[in-house]
This record gives sequence, structure tokens and C-alpha cells, in this order.
Amino acid sequence: MVDFSRFTSGRDMRIGEKLIEFNWGFLLLVTLIACMGFAMLYSVADGSLSPWAFRQMIRFAVGAGIMIIAAMIDIRTWMRFAYPLYAVTFLMLVAVEFIGLRGMGAQRWLDLGFIQIQPSELMKITLLLALARYFHGLTLEEVSMPRHVVIPVLMIGLPMGLVVIQPDLGTALLLGAGGAVLFFAAGLRWRYFIITGASALAAIPVVWSRLHDYQKNRVFTFLDPERDPLGAGYHILQSKIALGAGGLFGKGFMEGTQSHLNFLPEKHTDFIFTMLGEELGLAGGIALLGLYFLVLAFSFNVALQCRNQFGRLLAIGVAVNFFFYIFINVAMVMGLLPVVGVPLPLVSYGGTAMLSLMFAFGLMMSVYIHRNVEISRGPTAFW
Amino acid sequence: MQFDNRDNSRYQTFTRRAALLGGAQALAFATLAGRMYYLQVLKSDEYRMLADENRINVRLLAPLRGKIVDRFGRVLASNRQNYRAVMIPEQTDNIEETLDRLSRIVEITDYDRKKIMRDVKRSPRFLPITVAEDLSWDQFARVNVNEPDLPGVQPDVGETRHYPYGEDLAHVVGYVSAVSEKELKAAGKDEPILRLPGFRTGKQGIEKTFDKELRGVPGSSHVEVNAYGRVIRELSKDPGQPGKEIVLTLDMDIQEFAWNRMKDESASAVVMDIHSGDVLSFVSTPAFDSNKFNMGYSTADYKALLDNIHLPLVNKALAGLYPPGSTFKPIVAMAAVDAGIDPKETVYCPGYYRLGDSLFHCWRHGGHGNMNMHDAIKHSCDVYFYEIAKRIGIEKIAEMATRFGLGQTYDFDIPGAREGLVPTPGWKRAIKGESWHQGETLITGIGQGYLLTSPLQLAVMTARLANGGMAVVPRITRAVGGEIIHPAEAAKIDVDPKGLGIAQGGMDGVMNEIGGTAWRSRIPEKGMHMAGKTGTAQVRRISRAERASGVLKNEDLLWKQRDHALFICFAPVHAPKYAMAVVVEHGGSGSGVAAPIAHDIMYEVLKRDPTQRQAYMPSEADPNRGRG
Repeated sequence: MVDFSRFTSGRDMRIGEKLIEFNWGFLLLVTLIACMGFAMLYSVADGSLSPWAFRQMIRFAVGAGIMIIAAMIDIRTWMRFAYPLYAVTFLMLVAVEFIGLRGMGAQRWLDLGFIQIQPSELMKITLLLALARYFHGLTLEEVSMPRHVVIPVLMIGLPMGLVVIQPDLGTALLLGAGGAVLFFAAGLRWRYFIITGASALAAIPVVWSRLHDYQKNRVFTFLDPERDPLGAGYHILQSKIALGAGGLFGKGFMEGTQSHLNFLPEKHTDFIFTMLGEELGLAGGIALLGLYFLVLAFSFNVALQCRNQFGRLLAIGVAVNFFFYIFINVAMVMGLLPVVGVPLPLVSYGGTAMLSLMFAFGLMMSVYIHRNVEISRGPTAFW
Repeated sequence: MQFDNRDNSRYQTFTRRAALLGGAQALAFATLAGRMYYLQVLKSDEYRMLADENRINVRLLAPLRGKIVDRFGRVLASNRQNYRAVMIPEQTDNIEETLDRLSRIVEITDYDRKKIMRDVKRSPRFLPITVAEDLSWDQFARVNVNEPDLPGVQPDVGETRHYPYGEDLAHVVGYVSAVSEKELKAAGKDEPILRLPGFRTGKQGIEKTFDKELRGVPGSSHVEVNAYGRVIRELSKDPGQPGKEIVLTLDMDIQEFAWNRMKDESASAVVMDIHSGDVLSFVSTPAFDSNKFNMGYSTADYKALLDNIHLPLVNKALAGLYPPGSTFKPIVAMAAVDAGIDPKETVYCPGYYRLGDSLFHCWRHGGHGNMNMHDAIKHSCDVYFYEIAKRIGIEKIAEMATRFGLGQTYDFDIPGAREGLVPTPGWKRAIKGESWHQGETLITGIGQGYLLTSPLQLAVMTARLANGGMAVVPRITRAVGGEIIHPAEAAKIDVDPKGLGIAQGGMDGVMNEIGGTAWRSRIPEKGMHMAGKTGTAQVRRISRAERASGVLKNEDLLWKQRDHALFICFAPVHAPKYAMAVVVEHGGSGSGVAAPIAHDIMYEVLKRDPTQRQAYMPSEADPNRGRG
């Protein structure tokens, strides 16, 4: 009972049609979230657009442009370029090892002359593209065949390995988790997950012994933040104080003492949710989570509506990745997870994260616009 | 269509698993919301308190220390501006270089420099550190002008205690200095003000006695600080209350006069109003400089104080104990009249008195001949007093001495008074375990032996004698914080008025009759005649051999072995107002050294007549006070 009344696989849409089909409500939703971020960045700077809020706005505007452009591009084109994009990003990850810029003790940045980019951020998206492309070509039965499992595992494992040695454990785990979600959505049998989970548990001691001291400390501190309130546990403790002091409706915009008096660390990036909670209270925090939830709901809806496996997997991959960021960041600032350097999507100050997320949303929007396009499984259809 | 069926199975699985993922996410969001509810609603009060603890800092503000003024309101201790240079370490790139430049204007010793560098390390870099204190106006001006060349250095004005009269008053007002470890320990957590940097407490004299009153009530400033302790803004400020003003009974003019008259001696003098007990002058020489204690005595200066044989750190007026010598004779005379001895009865003085095998000598080698009580006081005849002391016995003498204020301390506001000693047979048995000898009664009769008195006690004794036997007590505080303290009603002393009259008359004779021992120091002006009694207290034992070959003159003795010169007096003789005691340590004779000093001071007192002038009316506490 497939509805062919509007679009068929036989006819390509024109740009105008695509622009009408573009879900502008979604862009509005995303803009609302970003605006909460602008407001917080304005407050962090004690009521000034510089140095953060204005630049963030520019980035968001650029991001919105990227999103629209990505959405206009036919989903089949994205599918066609999935592997090459993955390959290019992978090479950039390798390059980072040799000519990358150091920042915060890790080698993450690549200087392309006109722009500095973080290949690991890009990898999160191109990995999704490549995996979706790979799983698109498999039947449900083939997905669970060992030889079809090995290839995507390598596709995930190789970039993960490169990111781990940067070292950036957080991003590596996110890559792994994003990949695992696609396996799950593609229908890989449960036993694979059970076996992997069990062996991951068994591997914990080995991994632990190879962690850097600061990584170990983060885990210790997470387990008992009051252990050393002026040392490593300081951030979590101050963050909880700020949130708690915010109460139901907060201390008022620009009135947060914990953040404005610098008791709170990294409040324009990783701890921005804390600042929001202090100044706007539980009400502000729930409002932001509500907006996030709407974004997720829309994305799931896109995935479920889509008539091709590639689009479904891509949409759900983008959505779950987005969710991971939100959950890890918010859980971290509330002391539910160890302190890891994960920004709050759309709100935390930061260019690469903003641009790559908007790009991912653009891909998802392309899926939405081309949701009725049917794509055959066989590799001969492309290439 | 096979194609569609294949996709359908994938789609169904996908839908199922997407639902699982969505459900998991909803659950995760619920967890986050629950955690937020827990932190922001359930535990909100607790965290709000913690947040305030984080940001609000209470800083104590030192109150201005109260002034000390004399009875006419002249300032004896106040606060003066202290010109300083402070440095904020974060504002200079090179602290050493800045100090080098500053040292071209102000001397900075290696010791100072070490201390500064230590302070720099200890405190946050945005807090000012004192690098030079107590600058002259000239130096201060140069620091101001050179500010651009002295990065981080700022001129600053603080308050410090100032004593305009320095040494003259040191033994009255005492001094303040940095809080000691002992005080900190004693106060515990009760008095956080003691921990303020640069806070001073009273260590001696009025500064010590009224330390709490002078201190005032510390104010506080609630400030908001950031995570590094830097003050962002002041939330509220309570300026506190300045310390109370202390008004003394002292007349600074007389004090200064007396000080100048005696400063080259090792001496002390106390001038009192005989009715109220107001101490008008209270001098002990030499003294120390209160100002130097405040800023910290240099090691060399302090050593000089300790090494000085004239003991400038000892308040001789109340802690110096001397045998009263002949100044004690009026007491013995009154005790004798009380005991029924007829003052007209004469005793023959051959120059010595024999008791068993012992000879007791009179100061006049050839003797005085026949002496009645009046003449015996006037000529200070020792033999007469040996005789009557023997007759009435030690107990009666001791009783009279005690009634007139000897051998005790008073409720006096300058700390450190010593009791002295009025000996009795009971005392000797208890302390020395020996029985009393009659010879000891004899020498007590002329104010020698175990008898020890302080100049303050002698002044009190004289005042009680002059005011007709009222047990007046000395006081030096007239008002505290605007509240005038009235002298307590003095009790009547149990003494025969006839004896009192004889004692007063004898002291009149000492000065105003030819042949009196202090005739040369009399005040001839009408209405200013004074009565007095000389005393020369022997501090060494004169051996039989020395007496045979002629007693050595004081000038030929080492200073430490010379006699103490004493003098007590009151004036005007027929309507007394003022009493005084003067003691010059190892000064020689009472008539030759102490009496002339007493003359000069008493003459000045009588001319100024301070108790007849309008005294200063403190009114800070209540503007209506002082009207009545």
C-alpha cells in the first residue's frame, strides 16, 4: 500500500519542489534551541555578544545554509558518494596523526589553510553514510552473516582506533556507539550484541590499564565527586551546586552567581547546561530537553516514513548520535556520568560540532524530502 | 514483488528496533528530568546555601580606636594617618625590579625584602601587600609622583595609633602593639577582629585596662567574591562603632611640667586632688616611647631600654617600692596620739637612742635636745620617734599605716600596682618564721626596716591626711564613652582629730617655720603655702666602723648605694586641695633633692588650680549629657 501519488522513483524533483517539501518547522525548532544557546553565551559574557554569542550566531547561520544545501542534494547522490566521503575522511584521520595540530593535549585538528577541521567529527557522519550504504545492500538475513558483519566492524573499528590514539576516547566511544546503533537498526541478531557486550565487560580491566591518568581520574571523580572537592571533583560539585541553587525557576537571566563568579568551569562549552539550569531553573532545563525531544521525535518519524533502507538508517543514525550527545552532556553536568568533553549540541560554543551537526541534519532532511524514493538493493544501480 | 517483500521484512525489523531505541531514549530523558527534579527541587535549599557560602564572604572592618584625652579634652592618644606604599603583585611583571626602584625613594632592607617576597608568595596576587610603612610626607609625595615608574605600587593611607606626648605619658596611657599569639589563643574564635592584619591591642596602662572599650565594635562588609577570592561587589556594609573615648583626670600641662622637671632623674611623682582622688599628674622617669612600641621597637632600641639601669620599662609610681623613711613619721605621730600619748610631752634627743646593747642613731649627729611631737615632725627627729614607737608598739603603727592606705592596692585603672609592705609580728612569723624584735619596731617608727611603699600609696596617704581623714582612693578615669564616672564617697578614717591636727601642723612647720627641714622649699606666696615632709630612705647598712670615721656623703657613693630622696606634701596648707608624693631613686636627701622638685610642681599646680577650672564635658554618647 505504497502511496505514489506525489513522487515516484521515476521522476526527480526540481529544486523549487524540494524547497517546499523542506520541513521549515524543523529548522525553526532547531533555531529555537540554538537561540537558547545564544542567550546563554550572551549571559556568560556578562551581557555581551562578544566573544561568543555573535560568532555562534554566524556559525549557526552558516550551518543552516549547509543544512539546506545538503537537504537539496538527492538522497541517491549521497548514497553514491557515501564510500568516497568515508574514504576521504579516513585519510584525513590518518593525516591528523602526522600533520595534525595539537590542542588540549590531543592531536585532533587538521589545518587546511582556510579552515581548521576536526576529522573525527566529520567521521561520525561519513561513517553513518558508509554503514547505511553498506546495510542498504543487504537483506535481513545477510546482515547477520559473519562475512557481512566483519566488513562494517572494520569500517567502525579502524577510525575508532585512529581516534583513540589521538587520544580522544570520548569521540571514539561515540563512533563505536553510532556504528552499533546502525547494526541494531539494520537488524543484526541479538546474540551478536550479547556476545559483544559480554566481551566488552571482560575487556574492561585491559582497557583500564591502558587509560591515561586523566581519564582514570575522571572515572574516579565520577564515582565520588566529594572525594576531593577542590581538586578533580570540583567541577561536578560546583555544577550540582549551581543547578540546585537554580531551583524551580532559576536565579534569573544573567543572575547566576555560580557561573558569573567563575565557580563553574567551562560554562560556555561543556557546562552550559548547568548555567542554563542555574539561571532559568528546572523550567528552563525541561524546556530545552522538551525541544530536544521534539527534534528526536521528528527524526524518528523521518526514519519510519522513509521508503528506502539507506534513508531510514541514515536518519536514525543521525537521531541517535544527536541523542547520545545530549544525554552524555546533561548526565555529566548533573553528576550521573563522568566528566567527558562532550558538548551540548546546538547550545555549547564550538564551530566544528555545530557545523557537522547541521550537516547531519541536512542529510536527514534530504532523507525526509526524498522519503518516497525507492532505491534498489543491488550495487549495480549505482556505480 | 520479491523486491518489496525483502524490503518489508527489513522494514518491519527496523520499525521494531526503532521503537526500542525511541523507548530507550524516552526513558533516558525521563531519567535526566528526574535527576533535575531531584537537584533543583528536592535538594534546592541545600545547594542554594552552598552557593551563597561560595560567593559571600564576610570581611571585618576594624573600628577606629577610641581617643584618650586629659581632663580638659587635650588629646593624649589618637589615630594618625599612616602613609604607606602597597603593591599589588599581579600588576607588576617583575617584583624585584619594582622593589629596586622603590628602594631609591624609601629604604627597603634585605629583611624587609624577604618579608615582602614571603607575603607575595602567601597571598593571592590581586591583594595589596604593604611594602613600606610610616613614610614621611616627602617620601609619600615622591611615591605618588613616581607611580608610573613603579608598576603595581600604590600610595595608601591607613590609620595608626599616635601618642602626641610620647615618653611623657608612656606610663599612664601605655601602648598598643600587634596581637600576640597568647591573646589569639585566649580569645579563640570569639574575637575574629584580633586576626585582622595590622590590628593592635593595648598592652599597658590605660590602653590595656580599657582595651575593650577603646576597641569599639567591628563593622563588617558582606562582599561577593568570585572563585578566586577577588571581590566583585559589596552587598552590605555595617561600619561598626568607633571605640569609646576615655577621659582621664590628668592635667596634661602639669604632667608635662612634672615630666620636664624630673626627666633627668630616676624618679616618680603623683599629684592628687585630695577630695575626689583625681590624679592630676602621674610621672615615672625615665620612660619609653609609646609610639615606638606601636610601630615595633628596633632591636637595638629595645635592648637599650632593657639595659638602662634606671629601668624605663618599670612604672615606678605604682610598682616602685621604697622605704618611706621620715615621710612615715606623721603616721606614727597619729598612732601615738590615738594611743594616748600627749603631743606636748617632750623626749630628749642626744643624737642616739640606746635599746639594750644596740645604739639607734638620729640623723643629726649632735642630737636635737628636747622635742615635742610638733617639733619632732618639723625637725624629723629620729630619737623622738624611736621612743614613741617603742611605747605604742608595732601593731598600732601598722594599723594606722593601713588605714591611711599603705600596704595595699586600690582599684586603680593603671595596671601593675604593687602592694608594698606594712610589717607586723604576725607577718614576720608567717613569712620569715622569726619573732619580732623591738629594734624593728624602732626602725619602723622612722619609716625604715621592712616597710615598703609606692609613690602612689604615699600620695594617697598624704591626701587622706590633708583631707581630714577621709579614705579617698586615687582614680585616673573621669569618663568612659561620654559617661562621667563620679568618685565614690570616701569613708571616714578612724583617727583622733587631735593627732591629725598635730600631723598637719608638723608638716606645716617642716616648710613654713624656720628650722623646718624643708624651709628652703617653701612657697612664700599668700594662699599657696604648702605643708610637707621630707624623707631620706637609707638603702645600705652603715657599719659601726664607718659611723666612727664619719658617714660617707651621698656624693661619694655609687649611684646604686645612695639614699632615696622622698617628699610628701599638700597645699594650700590651711584649705588643702592637692597632695603629692615625690620619690627620687638614689637621689640623696629628701630636703635637698625631692623637696625642690615637689616645690616646683606644687607651685605649678597651685597656679593652674586645675580642679577649679571647667573640665571637658564628653558628649559623644548622648548630646544631652553634660547639661546638668
